[in-house]
Amino acid sequence: MATRAQVTVTVNGELRQFPCEPQQTLLDVLRDELQLTGTKEGCATGDCGACSVILDGRLVDSCLVLAVEAQGKKVETIEGMAKGQQLHPLQRHILEQNGSQCGICTPGFLIAARALLERNPDPTETEVRYWLAGNLCRCTGYDKIIRSVLAAAKEMRGA
Amino acid sequence: MGELRYEAPHTLQAAIALLAEAKGVTRVLAGGTDVIVQMETDLIEPELLVDIKKIPELRIITAENGGYRVGAAVTCMELMEHEGFCKTWPGVIDGVKLIGSIQVKGRATMTGNLCNGSPAADSVPALVAAGAAVTIIGPKGMRQVPVENIPVGPGKTSLAKGEVVTSFVFPPRAPHSGDAYQRFTPRTEMDIAVVGVGVNLTLDGSGTCTAARVSLGAVAPTVLLVKEAAAALIGSRVDDAALDKLAKAASAACRPIDDKRGTKEYRIKVAGVLAGRVAREALERARQR
Amino acid sequence: MASILEESGFDPHKKLKVVGTSPVKLDGFDKVTGRAKFGADLALPGMLVGKILRSPHPHAILKSIDTSRAEALPGVMAVVTRDDLPDQIQGSGDGDLTRNVMAREKVLYDGHAVAAVAATSESIAKEALKLIRVEYHKLPHVIDPVEAMRPGAPILHEYLRTEGIKGAGDKPTNVVERQEFAMGNIQAGFKQADVVIEREFKTNPIHQGYIEPQACVANYSEAGRVELWCCTQAHFGMRDNLSVILNIPKERICITASELGGAFGGKTIMYAEPVAILLSRKAKRPVRIVLTRSEVFRATGPVSGTHSRIKMGITRSGKFTAAEAEMVFQTGAFTGSMYYNAPQCMFTRYDLQNVKAVAYEVVSNRPKVNAFRAPGVPPVVFGVESVVDELAQAIGMDPIDLRLKNAATEGYVTVYGEALGPIGFVQTLEAAKNTEHYRAPLGPNQGRGVAAGFWWNRAGDTSGRLDIAADGSVHLTLGTIDIAGTRSSISMMAAEELGIPLDRVSAPAIANTDQLSYNRLTAGSRVTFSSGVIVVDAARKAIAEMRRRAAGIWHVSEEDVVYADGFCRVAKPSVGNFMPLSIADIVKQGGPISCESAMVVTGAGPGFGLHIVDVEADKETGAVKIVRYTVVEDAGKAINRRQVEGQYQGGAAQGTGWALNEEYIYGEDGRLQNASFLDYRMPVASDLPMIDTVIVEVPNPKHPYGLRGVGEVPVVPTLAAIANAVTKAIGVRPRELPMSPPRLLKLIEAAGKGKP
Repeated sequence: MATRAQVTVTVNGELRQFPCEPQQTLLDVLRDELQLTGTKEGCATGDCGACSVILDGRLVDSCLVLAVEAQGKKVETIEGMAKGQQLHPLQRHILEQNGSQCGICTPGFLIAARALLERNPDPTETEVRYWLAGNLCRCTGYDKIIRSVLAAAKEMRGA
Repeated sequence: MGELRYEAPHTLQAAIALLAEAKGVTRVLAGGTDVIVQMETDLIEPELLVDIKKIPELRIITAENGGYRVGAAVTCMELMEHEGFCKTWPGVIDGVKLIGSIQVKGRATMTGNLCNGSPAADSVPALVAAGAAVTIIGPKGMRQVPVENIPVGPGKTSLAKGEVVTSFVFPPRAPHSGDAYQRFTPRTEMDIAVVGVGVNLTLDGSGTCTAARVSLGAVAPTVLLVKEAAAALIGSRVDDAALDKLAKAASAACRPIDDKRGTKEYRIKVAGVLAGRVAREALERARQR
Repeated sequence: MASILEESGFDPHKKLKVVGTSPVKLDGFDKVTGRAKFGADLALPGMLVGKILRSPHPHAILKSIDTSRAEALPGVMAVVTRDDLPDQIQGSGDGDLTRNVMAREKVLYDGHAVAAVAATSESIAKEALKLIRVEYHKLPHVIDPVEAMRPGAPILHEYLRTEGIKGAGDKPTNVVERQEFAMGNIQAGFKQADVVIEREFKTNPIHQGYIEPQACVANYSEAGRVELWCCTQAHFGMRDNLSVILNIPKERICITASELGGAFGGKTIMYAEPVAILLSRKAKRPVRIVLTRSEVFRATGPVSGTHSRIKMGITRSGKFTAAEAEMVFQTGAFTGSMYYNAPQCMFTRYDLQNVKAVAYEVVSNRPKVNAFRAPGVPPVVFGVESVVDELAQAIGMDPIDLRLKNAATEGYVTVYGEALGPIGFVQTLEAAKNTEHYRAPLGPNQGRGVAAGFWWNRAGDTSGRLDIAADGSVHLTLGTIDIAGTRSSISMMAAEELGIPLDRVSAPAIANTDQLSYNRLTAGSRVTFSSGVIVVDAARKAIAEMRRRAAGIWHVSEEDVVYADGFCRVAKPSVGNFMPLSIADIVKQGGPISCESAMVVTGAGPGFGLHIVDVEADKETGAVKIVRYTVVEDAGKAINRRQVEGQYQGGAAQGTGWALNEEYIYGEDGRLQNASFLDYRMPVASDLPMIDTVIVEVPNPKHPYGLRGVGEVPVVPTLAAIANAVTKAIGVRPRELPMSPPRLLKLIEAAGKGKP
């Protein structure tokens, strides 16, 4: 039986500790050890973005981070995006514009889009599309997702 | 299968010692965006991963000797956020920007991109065109080597056991210099390059090209530094005639394969097309400096 | 009161308050917060990890499987092989089904399941698979269906004889079946034509590309009951099939459908589910199996590749005189491609009297294919609408005008023998012609293409329940799985029918297989239509019950009670001076109301679309960019407008990937080379522009709200629309999909050299 390391990570502001095998990814432990299943596995090879999280302030694919590499770091997942019943403007706009059909890609897109707007509060449509090129959606054709992000950006700018 | 061991040393000495004494399959872990994928898809089964991200000097970008030194653990996003480097080497940044998605770039490094040994790696042609070198530290000490000497075949590098790349070194930039990198992919993003071309050139005060380096990716077992292509530009005003010669030289240098990403003839043709486009962009940038 | 099937009650003049708006979908909150539970999100105490061992060979005899070393590995709790599945007659439907789940005599594709383990961790399960020793005797393989038809091709099934060919002979073949649909006289029809064009087309196989890999959790209890949680489009159908494959009575199998992370036809049948159940039975613990992305590509149900020959004739004045097609579909290792939709639907939208369409289904060493949207139809409509485009050019007629001139209208009798009811093809064409897009100028290296499509839309066995709780709130239990938002549209119809605000209707529950009678799968664009009928029927029953109760409360007869907008009222003042009774009042006095509806829903009406695409081509590299896209389609009545737009846009995007970049690439060794999202190239956000939509509404009066299914029509025209646009942009016509840059560059260069 593989030796497990104890890893301590701050997840959505809360200190969490869990055992893990060296080859397990952050995605594996978020879902299986911490039961935070909002972050999804679509490919496990960094090609679809469904597993997007924020690691120490940086947008990453959690399938490309070993759990042991997250030791001592801060992780933000979709579960931490709303404040209680108060949805983040991105979540609200995705709902209002019907930017979520089956919903499997939605958490990844929300995490990635929030990272964009924190860095660039007034992106063009092209900038949004290229930033989100690492998030695959098969249902929507991206149209309503992009519109939702642009609308949320506008609201967040107070424009 | 032996069990996987993960180590994250805080000093270069410790890292080198681990790598030197390792038996079995070992990988240096920087961004992990190739290594972890290869582990997940059962292409490799490492017994030791040496994580270099806790070694402070590998995480920084410094201006040095008129040029830049970029630590081996600097991520693509960090490099893209460095204003000075972006202004000086936009062509290298062109290549770096094309490595995977924003998420991948949040972890990936040029070091991994180079040492993974893929002939299609996006940062490598621009690094070669820039005349960048890598510093390598190992059991026998330190050496500095041009980037083009690192890949020796698909998936293979010239690094010896126990050696680790510690930084990229970029030479000082002459005035009126510009570099650019473009690749051909079927989609706009997220693809592996079918052909990649990096061009770096310097003009004199009158607009004549005095120096040039042209590098091709994904058209041979390793990245190519194409002297004939550079020769087409040097001494010229980078006009249509010179660009035409450049394109022909680029196509002629290709030794590509047919694979799921492109055919031989396609790569040969597009290498020529891209070389012209990239040279034009490098020229524009050179004229602006 | 006539049954809802006889009299839908559709009223074009009814003022609608909820239907036709775009409220936020009821399941949306859970989707944006990560709460929604998909196939891989359920964990049960003691759950084991299941993993499947797969053949690396495309065709081989499965000689022996030795699992002893795997069974001895600490942490391995169960191992299953073909010996654990009851035998089914080779060549029967069940025989195919069980052999696709796990190989028996032979492995028939790279990725075919051979054995499975359940262990206490993923790493132990992976280790255990390595310890299973399988002896294969490799056989020659064949992938391309035309190759598979040639005499001397490697034979997959010795027992297979072609159906539908007289005198097919008694030799084994790879041709499963031939179907022909014909009417009129095509020889005479072609004689009448001034221009006849005949072309051949090829489409390479693709995958539905849903982002969620198949996932299930099986729990086989001591009582012999199976609890299965899985992502599927067809939980009732799966239960019935599992019962046969595993020899477990239906009543002992209960399937709960998880949220579905994309399906598009690819999750209509079982894959790992029987394996998980068997592992759970042996291990006496719950077992979860989640497929990896590579397994999804190699071993689920991708989409057919096709070869087709299309021939059409036209008069100088623009009337089609005849249409003929011959097509070959590959079905992978076992039959099941739904290829027969193609000959029936491919020409249906044009007023053709002389039609002959012949289709063949052929097995080859690929995973058994499954449906995609409008299964079988888009890849052959690629050919039909390309030929129509060429005919338009040949006679110098505007491509939309040509389609208008030949558009089928109500009463047209199709090649499959049914007369079309009220349809909106003409209106769709006219709306397309009037878009700003169609009249906008083009830039350099750009080309514009249009193409039309048809899909018949389905209905069938559906059931559901409407409950009014003690507080007057309305709860729906549906039997149809929600792929994209149908539960919201269905709730909107319930709210409309009851005349109450949507927020009085809670997010519907999707029943497990114990809780409702049989529902056909979610497919055929049938759900909003069929569950809509059911829920409206149940609502009408609830209204009748409320009127009955009000009549009892007021001691009047039921005819004297009317219901509207949430209240029972007297029909006229002379009945009596009674305060109106709200829904809440009525249930408070008489208790909750529960109304079921179950029927074989009929009356679904077909949908039509016309797509307009502008592309820009880089003639030096063959790269193509979509610069503008408009989808014009008839929805009958858009229940939730934004959801209908979303269906149109999604179909266009999927078609874009199919047209430009997606294909299965096999090596000489018959193994799939691009089993990842890196090299199976689906469109990313930067590959597409905004996708404009025009919703045409020509109601289908057989539905209470006039709606038509919209899930599948959106993919049908896309391939040809893009091909027609590319043709204008590069000056030469592609006839093979995908139109990847190397293929296009070859065409461009050949045209430059004067070759055709």
